[in-house]
Amino acid sequence: MQKTYYDPADLKKFGKITEWSEELGNKFFDYYAKVFEEGKLSAREKSLIALAVAHTEQCPYCIDAYTQDGLQRGITKEEMMEALHVGAAIKGGATLVHGVQMMNKVNKLEM
Amino acid sequence: MIKSLHKRNSELANSKRQLEILSNGIFQNGDLPKFKDKIAETGQFPLKAKKLEILQINVGYMCNQVCEHCHVDAGPDRKEIMTRQTMQQCLEVIKNTGAHTLDLTGGAPEMNPDFRWFVEEASKVGVKDFIVRSNLTIIRANKKYYDLPEFFKKHNVHVISSMPHWTRGKTDKQRGTGVFDKSIKALQELNAVGYGMPDSSLRLDLVYNPSGAFLPGNQASMEKDFKKALLDDFEINFHNLFTITNLPISRFLDYLIASENYEDYMYALIEAYNPQTVKSVMCTNTLSISWDGYLYDCDFNQMLNLPVNSKVKHISDYNEELLEGRTIMISQHCYGCTAGAGSSCQGSVT
Repeated sequence: MQKTYYDPADLKKFGKITEWSEELGNKFFDYYAKVFEEGKLSAREKSLIALAVAHTEQCPYCIDAYTQDGLQRGITKEEMMEALHVGAAIKGGATLVHGVQMMNKVNKLEM
Repeated sequence: MIKSLHKRNSELANSKRQLEILSNGIFQNGDLPKFKDKIAETGQFPLKAKKLEILQINVGYMCNQVCEHCHVDAGPDRKEIMTRQTMQQCLEVIKNTGAHTLDLTGGAPEMNPDFRWFVEEASKVGVKDFIVRSNLTIIRANKKYYDLPEFFKKHNVHVISSMPHWTRGKTDKQRGTGVFDKSIKALQELNAVGYGMPDSSLRLDLVYNPSGAFLPGNQASMEKDFKKALLDDFEINFHNLFTITNLPISRFLDYLIASENYEDYMYALIEAYNPQTVKSVMCTNTLSISWDGYLYDCDFNQMLNLPVNSKVKHISDYNEELLEGRTIMISQHCYGCTAGAGSSCQGSVT
């Protein structure tokens, strides 16, 4: 029995998802490749966005992939950490902003 | 400053041990294909030498730096230095070869006591592109080297220098404490005499090697980032950036094994294997000459002690016709030159 849910070697098998649904798999990978091309945003900026989202999504495969990608692009560890804090701030803010809902509910129910 | 593998008596100072590592393990048990089999998939084995274009001469392994990734295992403790007699033999070849590029490397080539004499003599021959690979810090290492920018200019030398990053942290980690500041100063001095300036014919190119177990990014994008950062932060100009993949030999192999990155790195190289690069790898148009005059397909093969597969083994017996068409000596380190956009001493190959 597999001892962990995540295996680093599985990242290399990502492309195999097309085997069980070729058309949708290929469409996804075509879209994915297009998204990360140089555009109005540079590929470097997109890599940092991906790294931040990888952390907010807590996807170990994506963290592995976009840390490596960042290093390859010459992105410094300080820049990577700064991007992560953007993700953390939004994640934290998203939690806290729901506090308004809690406050509304309390104010409505309490005498 | 760390010592060379040779000085430390490391088992990896032995090229045979390096070649064993590169042929055993994941390559012996079939987890990964050998380079020979991989290029055979597209009918590119055996790899053959074409017409000679680049003559690369390693004038010695002595260096003022001890970089963590150095494939030469160079350092102050290396004493292998090309003699004037071997240089004279090289000059005879330079005069008669059709190669358009002469490329001097090391170690720090400037530390060879006959370096200036050799440059003066070689520059008279009139090769189209005369390269000296300077590590930059040598220019600031000692008063006797301070005039190197002027000396290079006088002989119209094309300077190619290593610069792993535009930040101090990444540079010093790979090349040693203080290297970044000295390199910046040296680049400014090269700029001051005209090297690397826009529209200047005094060529100044930089080489980027990743500072760790990862592959280089896209050469054009990295060049853009380097140019912006060096100009904004230090008012430094240069012409082109060459991205070079670290090959898994010598000190970089030692690092990969010690950091438990060796297998993942080999997987990454093979995953990025690009068959389109094979026809343009530098060993097919380059000849590498060692400090003691022996001939190799490339500087990496020189360090692995894999001499050319030819009757001609030494510069004293040089024969271009016999060397052309020779079968290139390969092992698994060659995957470093065929990953992604390919890699050579002149950067990407595609």
